[in-house]
Amino acid sequence: MKFGVVRFPGSCDEIDALLACRRFGEAQLLWHKERDLGGVDAVVVPGGFSYGDYLRAGAIARFSPLMESVIEFARDGGPVLGICNGFQVLCEAGLLPGALLPNRSLRFVCRQVDVIVENPDTPFTHACQAGDVLSVPVKHTTGRYHAPGIPHEQVVLRYAPGQNPNGAQDDIAGVCNSAGNVLGLMPHPEHAVDPVTGSADGGRLFESVASRPEAAGLAGGAGFGIGLTT
Amino acid sequence: MSPGALAPHRELGLTDAEYEGIRERLGRDPNALELAVFSLMWSEHCAYKHSKRLLRELPTEGPHVLMGPGENAGVVDIGDGLAVAFKVESHNHPSAVEPFQGAATGVGGILRDIFAVGARPIAVLDSLRFGELDSPRSRYLFDWAVKGIGHYGNSIGVPTVGGEVYFEPAYEQNCLVNAMCVGLARRERLIRSAAAGVGNLIVLLGARTGRDGIGGASVLASAELTAEDASKRPSVQIGDPFEESKLVECCLELLDRELLTSLQDLGAAGLSSSSSEMASKGEVGIDIDVARVPLREAGMEPFEIMISESQERMLCVVEPARLDAVLEVCERWDLRATPIGSVTDTRRLRVFDGGELVGDMPVGALVDDCPLYDLSPEPPAGRIYADPPARLAPGGGPGDALMALLASPNVASKRFVFEQYDPIVGSRTVRRPQTADAAVLKLDNDGGSGAIAVSIDGNGRRVACDPYTGAAEAVLECARNLACVGAEPLGLTNCLNFGNPEKPHIAWQLTRAVEGLRDACLALGVPVVGGNVSLYNEGGGGPIYPTPIVGMVGKLPDPAAVPRTGFAEPGHAVALVGPFRPALEGSELEKLRGRLAGGLPAVDLAEQAAALTALREAARNGSLATVHDVADGGVAVALAECCIEGGIGARVALPSDDDTALFGEAPGGVVVAGPREAIDAVPGAQVIGEVGGDALEIVGALRVPVAGLRDAYEGAIPAAFAAARG
Repeated sequence: MKFGVVRFPGSCDEIDALLACRRFGEAQLLWHKERDLGGVDAVVVPGGFSYGDYLRAGAIARFSPLMESVIEFARDGGPVLGICNGFQVLCEAGLLPGALLPNRSLRFVCRQVDVIVENPDTPFTHACQAGDVLSVPVKHTTGRYHAPGIPHEQVVLRYAPGQNPNGAQDDIAGVCNSAGNVLGLMPHPEHAVDPVTGSADGGRLFESVASRPEAAGLAGGAGFGIGLTT
Repeated sequence: MSPGALAPHRELGLTDAEYEGIRERLGRDPNALELAVFSLMWSEHCAYKHSKRLLRELPTEGPHVLMGPGENAGVVDIGDGLAVAFKVESHNHPSAVEPFQGAATGVGGILRDIFAVGARPIAVLDSLRFGELDSPRSRYLFDWAVKGIGHYGNSIGVPTVGGEVYFEPAYEQNCLVNAMCVGLARRERLIRSAAAGVGNLIVLLGARTGRDGIGGASVLASAELTAEDASKRPSVQIGDPFEESKLVECCLELLDRELLTSLQDLGAAGLSSSSSEMASKGEVGIDIDVARVPLREAGMEPFEIMISESQERMLCVVEPARLDAVLEVCERWDLRATPIGSVTDTRRLRVFDGGELVGDMPVGALVDDCPLYDLSPEPPAGRIYADPPARLAPGGGPGDALMALLASPNVASKRFVFEQYDPIVGSRTVRRPQTADAAVLKLDNDGGSGAIAVSIDGNGRRVACDPYTGAAEAVLECARNLACVGAEPLGLTNCLNFGNPEKPHIAWQLTRAVEGLRDACLALGVPVVGGNVSLYNEGGGGPIYPTPIVGMVGKLPDPAAVPRTGFAEPGHAVALVGPFRPALEGSELEKLRGRLAGGLPAVDLAEQAAALTALREAARNGSLATVHDVADGGVAVALAECCIEGGIGARVALPSDDDTALFGEAPGGVVVAGPREAIDAVPGAQVIGEVGGDALEIVGALRVPVAGLRDAYEGAIPAAFAAARG
């Protein structure tokens, strides 16, 4: 099982994501100028401020050469996890519905929140049960999720009652695409993989990906292991 | 400023005697470019001309010191082949003029000092001072300075792990924004700034050069603020954290590949200071061709290019054979890299504009010959500061005083601030703000063992009461915060924020404060490895409180064993440890009652040093659940904070139930809690009660539900903003 962690200029949490992935499998960084995904089995688009995010969060990153390959990988069914800025990039790329708006407070907010697993039937949550509560930090300025009419089953994670940090619609913290193989979330599971730094609950998302039957090479799900070299 | 109103050198902040000195060293009149460069290099900000002699009193040697004062940052050895670089620096005047960019570029500047020595920035801390929150100007400065710090630190992926904020009337006109950065490097990757190798190339990395920040070091940083501050806005630099994030990664990669001979950041006075300081340290000369400097706007004069303080730029020395490899790495990071000059054997800084020589100055005259001034300290004849306005009605009981203290913005939770910062990026942060007395960063992902702890402290009001004792207390407070998480201090950095040193009573504050810092550092055996001086902090309302800020880095063996601020379990014994003789002089309670004392009780530094060693040993062995030092607001506030943070009450009996015992302040006191046998094993622990219930009860004095304590503590700063909106 090999994770690829995207690195844009301006990424902040790519090393954190890499370290988190390595607790559950192999992992390598993927450079934004390359198109080769290096045969990884899952892609993580990490947090940060890709290309400075001066235009609109994620708006530039979506056009990078690497993202073209990630989009193709996702359309072929490969698991893609977008965290915070990564979530914004995946929305901009059209891989996920909806958009992230500035927080209701118009301020950056960092705090530990509880999120509830609503849909355990995704590659990222199948190690969880519906209703499980995960303690994970959020840290963002543009995290107010907005997607009128999003189907219920695409809501994967919700902030616990009273803990919505940004005014997101229906307390939505994380959503998947209709196929279920792409997940975007504002909380940072890669910052919750070690009790010494606060919580290990976020590790269950990485564990879910790493322990999928396909990841063990049994099914070889669409797109896995395909060298997307150009 | 109308041209011709003053002689040009005076307009640039130089005295007539200094101007004569420049003429003497050049053997002729300086031209306009040379005068501009000298005015900055000989400014207080660059030359420390009023403080250099005094700073020589501070101890700088220690067994762990790898780089001391004079380099871009101090560096200490933390074992396992790793080194920690750290420094604190002020950005006070820019922040008073434009708080968002002023504070943001303060963070950007201190980050560059850290990666200039080859260390990856891993933590930022901030020390902030503003006027009282009922002042709209202070709320504006506070709000936007915090946003600026967050904007830069969050965007660049360096965690802001700690800091402190105080609100006092003395900072109304002149806020303080001090930023500290901590970096981590493998020892062999450390690099110095001395230029070397005649014929080597000078390469400018990073952002293009614009007109922003022209003259910032002399106009803003080395003179008192006046009513025309707004007209100085063009002197404030604009930050671009994205450019800096590429600059960090690119510089660290260049160092990893051993492609650089030396590296220096561009700070105050821009190219002028960075090039001349590199040349001075390397005992060489440097030629720069300003025509090759990439510009942000057309038509810039050579002097503007030389003194621009445009942000996110670094200067490096590169062997010609390695230039292509350097350019290749920079290209990969989409970072501008331009050879703009070369190292010479002339010992002169020569500035060319294409083929034309437009400036020619001896490096020694620029860097080493600035006249140094002795201070003329004299104790003030009368009081320097008025009493603060009384905010606590007389006649209330101890419960009222406790609630007023918890709701005082100096004591109240700074959650409003730290929730706007990212304290966790980097995956090293073991203790976030408010959960322990110092930030703790683990090193296992970096090939290190244990963790480092970092704290930044200073209490200007207490220094105003007594500069010597107040400054010594800042060192003790910082060391005590490290001891509370079990860390042994390895080195200290400081930022001396004072008024106009040319005034005898300010010179006296500065001199006494440096003596206090010196004696405390000697008593604790902690060397000063770097720092910064910010003088002329005076607005229309008089000088700021003298505010020496102390930052310390320490090491501890086991991050999993670090105790917390909050009480943990019912039944845990609560005890006081340490030599603690509380007094109301200089305390927060006195401030609320509208008094400022004229002195502080003397402190026994040797006794304090011994107690810190004992505390550190007790805190690091994992047996104590709770360790929290007694600071602003005294024992009652410390206990309340333990209750609020732990979400559980306690019942204690203090030796006395008078105001001094409850709310008096002094160095040395620490609240600890844990299983009774663990407490009994702590030398000198006096058990005062037990954790449990849902209220804090101090027998004979007060009983307040924890929920009420929390509302007062957490609600105060948001309420100050809500009231203003209301």
